[in-house]
Amino acid sequence: MSKIIVVTSGKGGVGKTTTSASIASGLAKRGHKTCVIDFDVGLRNLDLIMGCERRVVYDFINLINGESKLNQTLIRDKRVKDLYILPASQTRDKDALTKEGVAKVLDELKSEGFEYVVCDSPAGIEAGALMALYFADEAIIVTNPEVSSVRDSDRILGILQSRSKRAEDGGEPVVEHLLITRYDPERVEKGQMLSIDDVSELLSVELIGVIPESKDVLEASNAGMPVILSEDSNAAQAYDDSIARLLGEQRPMRFTQVQKKGLLGRLFG
Amino acid sequence: MGLLDYFRSKPKTASIARQRLELLIAHQHEGGAAPDYLPQMQQDIIEVIRKYVAVSDDAVQINFERTDQCDMLELNVSLGEDDAA
Ligand SMILES: Nc1ncnc2c1ncn2[C@@H]1O[C@H](COP(=O)(O)OP(=O)(O)O)[C@@H](O)[C@H]1O
Ligand SMILES: [Mg+2]
Repeated sequence: MSKIIVVTSGKGGVGKTTTSASIASGLAKRGHKTCVIDFDVGLRNLDLIMGCERRVVYDFINLINGESKLNQTLIRDKRVKDLYILPASQTRDKDALTKEGVAKVLDELKSEGFEYVVCDSPAGIEAGALMALYFADEAIIVTNPEVSSVRDSDRILGILQSRSKRAEDGGEPVVEHLLITRYDPERVEKGQMLSIDDVSELLSVELIGVIPESKDVLEASNAGMPVILSEDSNAAQAYDDSIARLLGEQRPMRFTQVQKKGLLGRLFG
Repeated sequence: MGLLDYFRSKPKTASIARQRLELLIAHQHEGGAAPDYLPQMQQDIIEVIRKYVAVSDDAVQINFERTDQCDMLELNVSLGEDDAA
């Protein structure tokens, strides 16, 4: 059985690629054979975040068009066993992604024994984003505590519920998980940022995790390493908790409260 | 929260954001989108009105509302200030 998880948001720049890289790495680290696919045709980025940009030979569209074989196209991660990256095409146009083509690749991954396929969606609600979510069994809705991101997440939820394959077939709906990223408890406490409760009540989706705003994310991307591998980083631990919850474990939320300051800090903070 | 904050009590922007989103999302959920024919109908109504009065392109506002009982079209036509008196 392989499970297809789309990482989506509607809005751009909220942390989908960061999340896809970390979730896929975390699943593989736990011993699950995992492939992460970049659906952002024309604007490939996942390869950079995963640090394998110089090893790209063939891409998703080559594979769909039968110009390359699966084992020539997948890039095997050098750090994490059981982790493979399928890069997007940088040059072809988006129309090359067809439902039939994507279905063919997903079926092949399934028969190769992949347990998880993580689909990194492009921004927007057009063809590329629709294709990324169409075959999903589960969806991680990446949302920043910010008005436009919350509205766009609500839009993409509507699309998941009406235009995914599961919705079209009228079977079980896509399982939705809310992941709040770039959360800053200090600004929330000051009333400057929507809280976890605000966002999850507005979207009414079960919360799978909260990733704090963290400088480590940029540094990890500078180095071409998924942030989850920077193990003492708060963001890494928050991603690890989220994966545990995705796999059915119970974990308390961490890094969602302001660190208590001393007396001086409290008076003048 | 610092001591200084106690003396400035502006409304918190986070709660303004929440209120705005509550409205927006409720609107987005209102039984799906308005019918496709709405823009064309709006254009046609403007043409009909123009047979009698000169009105601008934005003279006709149409709001579509879907409730449990029925669908409603709310039509607002403004004829411009000149004709008012
Ligand atoms: N938790 C976080 N803390 C700080 N910066 C983050 C965090 N998550 C993402 N970012 C930054 O936000 C930007 C957009 O992230 P990315 O994953 O590329 O978003 P998307 O794929 O949704 O467009 C990047 O510069 C990334 O480093
Ligand atoms: Mg991205």
